[in-house]
Amino acid sequence: MHRLVHATSAPATSAFFQARTTVNGVAAICDPLGGLFLPDAGTLVVSDLHLEKGSAFARRGMMLPPYDTLATLRILEAIVARHNPGTVISLGDNFHDRTGSAAMPETFRLMIAAMARGRDWIWINGNHDPDGASGLPGASMDELRHAGLIFRHEPSKADGLGEVAGHLHPSATVRRREKSVRRACFATDGKRLLMPAFGVTTGGLDLRHRAMSGLFDRQQLVAHMMGRDRIYSVRFANLLG
Amino acid sequence: MISRESMLREEMASGFSFVPFDLPLFPVNRIDSPLPESDALTLPAPFLRWFAEKGWRPRAHQLELLSRAEAGQSTLLIAPTGAGKTLAGFLPSLVDVTRRGKLPPGSAFVGIHTLYISPLKALAVDIERNLLKPVNEMGLPVRIENRTGDTPQGKRQRQKLNPPDLLLTTPEQLALLIADGEAERFFKNLRYVVLDELHSLVTSKRGHLLALGLARLRRLAPGLKTIGLSATVAEPMELQRWLVGQFPDKESHAGLITVSGGAKPEISILRAESHVPWAGHSARYAIPDVYAAIKEHGTTLLFVNTRSQAEMLFQELWTINDDNLPIALHHGSLDVAQRRKVEAAMAENRLRAVVATSTLDLGIDWGDVDLVVHVGAPKGASRLAQRIGRANHRMDEPSRAILVPANRFEVMECQAALDANYIGAQDTPPVGKGALDVLAQHVLGMACAKPFDALQLYDEITTAAPYADLSWETFERVVDLVATGGYALRTYERYARIRKTKEGLWRVSNPMVAQQYRLNVGTIVESPMLNVRMVKRNARGSLGRGGISLGKVEEYFLEMLSPGDTFLFSGKVLRFEGIRENECLVSQAFSFDPKVPSYAGGKFPLSTYLAAQVRKMLADPLRRATLPDQVRDWLALQGDVSMLPREDELLIETFPRGSRHYMVTYAFEGRLAHQTLGMLLTRRLDRAGLKPLGFVATDYSLGVWALDDLGAAFRARAPSLAQLFDEDMLGDDLEAWLNESFLLKRTFRTCAVIAGLIDQRHPGKEKTGRQVTVSADLIYDVLRMHEPDHILLEATRNDAAAGLLDIGRLGTMLKRIKGHITHRRLDRISPLAVPVMLEIGREAVQGEAQDFLLTEAADDLINEAMGAGLHTDG
Repeated sequence: MHRLVHATSAPATSAFFQARTTVNGVAAICDPLGGLFLPDAGTLVVSDLHLEKGSAFARRGMMLPPYDTLATLRILEAIVARHNPGTVISLGDNFHDRTGSAAMPETFRLMIAAMARGRDWIWINGNHDPDGASGLPGASMDELRHAGLIFRHEPSKADGLGEVAGHLHPSATVRRREKSVRRACFATDGKRLLMPAFGVTTGGLDLRHRAMSGLFDRQQLVAHMMGRDRIYSVRFANLLG
Repeated sequence: MISRESMLREEMASGFSFVPFDLPLFPVNRIDSPLPESDALTLPAPFLRWFAEKGWRPRAHQLELLSRAEAGQSTLLIAPTGAGKTLAGFLPSLVDVTRRGKLPPGSAFVGIHTLYISPLKALAVDIERNLLKPVNEMGLPVRIENRTGDTPQGKRQRQKLNPPDLLLTTPEQLALLIADGEAERFFKNLRYVVLDELHSLVTSKRGHLLALGLARLRRLAPGLKTIGLSATVAEPMELQRWLVGQFPDKESHAGLITVSGGAKPEISILRAESHVPWAGHSARYAIPDVYAAIKEHGTTLLFVNTRSQAEMLFQELWTINDDNLPIALHHGSLDVAQRRKVEAAMAENRLRAVVATSTLDLGIDWGDVDLVVHVGAPKGASRLAQRIGRANHRMDEPSRAILVPANRFEVMECQAALDANYIGAQDTPPVGKGALDVLAQHVLGMACAKPFDALQLYDEITTAAPYADLSWETFERVVDLVATGGYALRTYERYARIRKTKEGLWRVSNPMVAQQYRLNVGTIVESPMLNVRMVKRNARGSLGRGGISLGKVEEYFLEMLSPGDTFLFSGKVLRFEGIRENECLVSQAFSFDPKVPSYAGGKFPLSTYLAAQVRKMLADPLRRATLPDQVRDWLALQGDVSMLPREDELLIETFPRGSRHYMVTYAFEGRLAHQTLGMLLTRRLDRAGLKPLGFVATDYSLGVWALDDLGAAFRARAPSLAQLFDEDMLGDDLEAWLNESFLLKRTFRTCAVIAGLIDQRHPGKEKTGRQVTVSADLIYDVLRMHEPDHILLEATRNDAAAGLLDIGRLGTMLKRIKGHITHRRLDRISPLAVPVMLEIGREAVQGEAQDFLLTEAADDLINEAMGAGLHTDG
């Protein structure tokens, strides 16, 4: 949650540590707040916001705190302010379920509207929210070609050259001195990039999980792991399985 | 002929301190012999016949308990193992049902007569076996059945329609039964509730749940009486109060019958020829001596503190088991079927030894055990007393036990425990204030049973001793928590799980809520566990499917493993192959030497009482002289190089080693309190600019290391040790640390699961432990940020302060050592410091240090000097 504290208490201009990488030759910056910024296109990418997750669970009888949407949006506000992007792409599973976007309280709707003002806002559809976002600014679509890359929610089975996707909530574990640390991460082999989940109540799936197999050239794969206020870049071979 | 009255009079006169067990007061084997009038009045004929045939007679306390029960009194019976406690507890029920006789077919529904609650499933099953024997021999018209989590669904249904007279069950099953719509009918004629091993039932959240269940039973069956059976405890009055309903203006408690005595156990500490290690918990050095002891006895029970210790000991014993003695393994992670097999073999005396953890704890009858071996420190005198009691169920013969300390500090601890056993000191933890998460679970259960009136339920709940002080406001907040999560932001009204009807009663919103409740009942939240499955590699080297399941292992343990690592489990050396779905796949390893040592730390921290004894021993040359040579020499050397602290003195040593400076604090307050102290001290040292790098805590001492010379800083009073150890660390520092502590997250997860905020299991949707862990952590963070006063966070803080952090104990220690701190500045490590120094590197990593490790891992990458396209910025 240090990401949350950082986003809401530190000024957006304070020093932060990010990692630069390239996807299919396109320069990209992994921001420790959980988003990917493409400086040449002025585009910010976030994935798996899972907004209204708390209320989705409450509907099924589990009264999770109703604050997750607000917390996620606060971080989104911070990262949007930091990069001031012309385009924002939210890479699917923007809402935790189909009813999420329609049932979202008005205050949150206004926050999103304020953020989207003066920018292009793209909602990529995910498996949790295949019907698109309703009553919100921006366009909903299944995938988007933009800035020399292709953006979709679920990574394709193909070679994935230039693909930026989410869905799998990648995380990685390092082991040092017989101790291990597990964090959400950006994962890329230079051809394809998988985004970490942005929502504050989303869990992670280890890069070594079989759901990830075949997606990357593991020789080239680097996990850009999210620390408290910086990105830690670790080669796949140095991760713990 | 001595009458029962005169016998009791004798007992009364001696304050129940001595009971003439098994005296041949009635040494007649003839059915027609005259009976003492009083017994004839008390016991129905089949009982008298049976006793007569056996040549036995009921013991005084058994008859006393019977007469008090028949006079309508609830009673606590405190007696050592082997005193016939169980028969005493059931006698009132057996007599009453026998008098009533068998119900004719077609009679109206009666419901159960007696409920027996035990802390362990195995104990309920065991008691049934032991009880059925005399009941059948006497030909009593009494139906006895057990009901546990393992009871098949069909049998449970049948039990509801056609209940037995005596139902033997666990606290979780009781919670389920009273949350049933038929509870009223089922329990309306309940006469007795027998609570076995009450001293261990009451002290946890499980005890809180049980207390609430009992409060409900009292309402369903107002005439009900309780019978508590307990080992010796420090505060019997707490248990006496617990047994009966509490009301604001009147002190009420159950009666007390105490049986003391029994032969003193013969306990010795193993004095091995070989070298006693400085640190660690494996006690490997003693294996040959332990094996020799097994050979010399009929049946031996070997107890250890943790699962991994059990695995290790089992493996080592088989390595040298040249005689192929039947030695078995029993611990909670093993497959149920496997455990049952071992239990059955044990009961039939087919085994020579069983290596066990606390799953075999408490009063299970294990056939003719003639030796108990306890490996590792016993951590608390009352646990020790329990375990020794197992050796022999006949009170007139002494039990035999051998303590095997795993390291040198444990030698002292064992000696202290041994002394404690002789003087009968007990340190059972207190009942504690009723937990709010447990209350939330109960409130939902009560709504599932039947719509409730809040005021009426509040009145019922406050009759339970742990909740006697519960305020109405807190109760309302708990009801709100159950209904909509209790959030200030009231967005979940439309999803409420329970709602207030027009008549003002709270009822469940839909049947799914009740289903969810049933799946989540209970207070034992398991740490995430994965099933361990044995697989084979096929010819092409890929893994097959569907081998046998060996049991469950903690997920945190697996996180330390890489494929190919070997480890011990289920008595085998296994090769870790990987994790598939929710299972840990392993194959047979062709090696006898597991690569990864499993965590072997003691789970149970040193009790306050034993800690005080160890401090006394260190300070007292006479008591030190009784210790084995190796340990005595070690302490003598410590005296020469540094010093041995006085009983009330806190010794702190500082010394350099490698490029670091160490500080070792000998507080003897148990691992939990030391861990908390370590967190707080490092914060303070950090503020003083001394660059602390880490700490490690054992039961006996705390080691902190730093880049700066700590000794020089203390000498220069910058800061002084008095400042550093001031009680005010329990103020702001504690608050600040708590707020970012991973310990609180773990505690929160437990509270959230118990309170029903997070499912342990969900209908049709099995979550893995990991998923629960992750979401609970994230939920905790979000909640703390947005609603720090939420009732579940309050419950979490209460739990952590009492349990994980042992703050009470730390506070007492800080008070005690004020003005008694002695600093020794040494130029190298002292003998006493070696054990804690050897532990460095074994502790799990926390908080800030996590990012430190990440930096190291990332630095590797930088050092690799990768090509373009990847560099760290900033």
